Formats: sequence, structure tokens, C-alpha cells
Amino acid sequence: MCLAIPARVLEIDGDMALVDLNGVRVRANLAFVDGVKVGSWVLLHTGFAISVLTEEEAMETFDILNQVFGGEEK
Amino acid sequence: MVRGDGLYSGLIGDLKRYSYIKATIMEVCGTHTMAISRYGIRSLLPEGVRLISGPGCPVCVTEPGAISTAVQLAESGVTLVTFGDMMRVPSARGSLYQARAKGADVRIAYSPLDALNIAVNNKDISVCFFAVGFETTIPGISFTLKRAIEEGIDNFSMLTSLRTIPPAMEVIVKTGEAGVDGFIAPGHVSTIIGSEAYRDIAEKYGVPTVVSGFSAGDILTTVSMILDMIESNESEVRIQYEHVVKPEGNIKAMKMMYEYFNIYDIAWRGLGIIEKSGLKIKEEYSAIDALCRYDIEIEEEDEPEGCLCGDVLAGRAIPPDCSLFGGLCTPSKPVGPCMVSSEGSCAAYYKYGGDRVRYTI
Repeated sequence: MCLAIPARVLEIDGDMALVDLNGVRVRANLAFVDGVKVGSWVLLHTGFAISVLTEEEAMETFDILNQVFGGEEK
Repeated sequence: MVRGDGLYSGLIGDLKRYSYIKATIMEVCGTHTMAISRYGIRSLLPEGVRLISGPGCPVCVTEPGAISTAVQLAESGVTLVTFGDMMRVPSARGSLYQARAKGADVRIAYSPLDALNIAVNNKDISVCFFAVGFETTIPGISFTLKRAIEEGIDNFSMLTSLRTIPPAMEVIVKTGEAGVDGFIAPGHVSTIIGSEAYRDIAEKYGVPTVVSGFSAGDILTTVSMILDMIESNESEVRIQYEHVVKPEGNIKAMKMMYEYFNIYDIAWRGLGIIEKSGLKIKEEYSAIDALCRYDIEIEEEDEPEGCLCGDVLAGRAIPPDCSLFGGLCTPSKPVGPCMVSSEGSCAAYYKYGGDRVRYTI
């Protein structure tokens, strides 16, 4: 349940943002992170960004999540 | 098979040098539980190194009485909103899923803010968010409370069952029942509370603790870091998951956590009441606390008969020790929460096997 997923910030409006979460546009709260800009990657948990990631870290995290929670390995 | 054949052969080779060590290492994070089983990490370690799960699945450690109270609220006509993982966990009054099937208004939210929005957009119904979780989730829940209070959303309340991980780790070490020699500390809980939160565990109680990421390489490296400390008789807190976790954590999120909540003693499934391990809504905000608003209590409740979930969560047993495991208790017909939750230890063992060699790297 403490799973957090990388999302890319598309628009910012105050402490709320529109983010791309694995192809889905969702609202995200940015109250707990600093220095986020349009294009930044954040680690999103239950609609709240809990840390900021580089693109490379975000991609690596996607790979790991796919391995752990994705379909059975062939 | 983990992607990148041979990628970890060096790490696995390095681990062989610890083959003379006998050690039990506990993880306290549902995602680590899943990753360890999925990658078949247990089969890659020296024979003397055991990996066991602790109380790292928030849904699993929620005391059954809290779930009964949530069901009771839903059945009384309150719109009960919670995280999806909570829906199928059984209680003496059944599960929230069963309550919904019988006509109660039970809804799933991805974010606590979504639950608040249901209240904002439906002034004619009373909405209660059943908030469960650890430190990763609590700041967002606290933020939601702040917004509800500041905006005067009076058809919104919260039933909380919120816990912090370090006191549970401390109890596991102090009772010694699980014989834990090292901790794999949770990745995302630690993003919030920082690695410093485990200093006592490592330094006062002498249990090496490493905050780990979630890839096979991350977990193997973490185990190696723990075994290295055991070998050299050191005990510190170290961070393997460096790009996400800082020693001080996320200060803004931690501050938010304690703005609306007080620390109190709360019951954990399997571990009993743990001092100062829970967070409850501060008295000045009790109007939004569902227990006050609806004048109800969370009552003590027994485990389902024959279910070893409590022992599994405390590290006293592993899933195959339970006589119900895999027969009377399966993911499609779960008896206890450790089989219900996708991150539960029993579900992970059922899906991927435990110590059996299933994947090769």
C-alpha cells in the first residue's frame, strides 16, 4: 500500500498539478515537495508527490514496478 | 526470471562469502514482500540467511475491530470510502465488499482527497473516509483533514487506523520472538521519516538496518550490506535507496503528519497494543473524527479461527506454517488479511512460492 509511482508533471496550479501517471492524466498534490516544474518527475503516492526524481530514476522505477507487479515473466 | 540475465551474478557470488553466517533478516514493507517472492531472492541467498516478513502491510496489521466499525458505519447509512486494498479484509461483521453487496454505499478512492471531493460534491450524504496506512500515506491524510477543516466540509469525517513503523520494529527486537538479526527498512515509509528514524533500532538495540530500494539488485545489495555489518560486528543505519531516501526524510510531510494527529497507543494485529505507535486526530478537531461524530468505539475482536496472520506479521511463523494456507485459505477465498492483500505475505508465498527455487537470475 506504500507503493509510489513516478509521474511527469504536465501543468501546475498552486500546490496542485496535472500529471501523466503511466499514460493517464491525474491530479496530484505538490504540497510536500519543493522545486517542481513542468516536466519534472515526481514519486506519487495516493495523489501526493512525496519526492522528486530524475528522468533516469523514474524510468528505472517503472522497470522495477513492471517486474514486481507486471504480468508473469515468460 | 528477472530481466537482465547474469546482471546480478556478481552480487550473488559476493553473497556466497557469507555462507558461514546464520542470520534472520526481516523486511517491513509490503512491496519488499512481493519483490522478494517475485524475484525468488530467498533461493539466491546463502543457506544460513533467512528472509522473513514483518508487519509491513498496513491493511494486514489493521486491527479487525476497526474494520468491523467501518462495516457498522457503512451499514448505518454513511457513505464509507476507503483504499481498494481494504475492501476484502474480513472482520466479525464481514468485509466492506460484502457490506456493499448487501446495499451499503461503500466506495474506493485512490487518494484521500478523492474521498473529500465526494463529500464536497454530494452535500446530501455523510461521507466517512476509513483511513489506514503508515507514514507514507499519513501526510496526505493529514492534508485532507486540513482542507476539510479549513473549508468547513461538515458532511465529511474520518475513521482512522494509522500507524508508524519504527515502534513496531522496536517491539519485534525487544520481544526477540522472531530472532531478527537485521532489518531491510521500508523504502517509501523512509522517504517520509528518513533513515534517522531507525537509529535506535541499529545503535541501541544492535540490529543493523538498511533502507532498501525495490529491484532484485537493490535487495541483494541491501542483504549484502546487512551481512557485512553482522560480519564486522557493526550496527548502523545505512541507505541503499539513496536517490529517494534522505537521512532527515521529507520534513514538510512529517510536519504535516503531526499538525492534525497526536501519538497514542494502538493495537496491531499480531503484535498487540504497541505504545506510541498510532496517530489519532487531535482533540480540538474531534468533530471530524468519526468515533466522536457517530459516538462509536473500536472494539477488541479475535482473529479468524485457525488463522496465523498475527504470527506471520510478528515474524513468529511463515505462511506455510498455517494449517489453512493454500487449502482453506487462498487469494480467491481468503480467511485472513495476509492472504487478502496483494502485498500480504501469505498472498506472496501462495503466488510465487516461498523458499522454492522458481526463478533463476
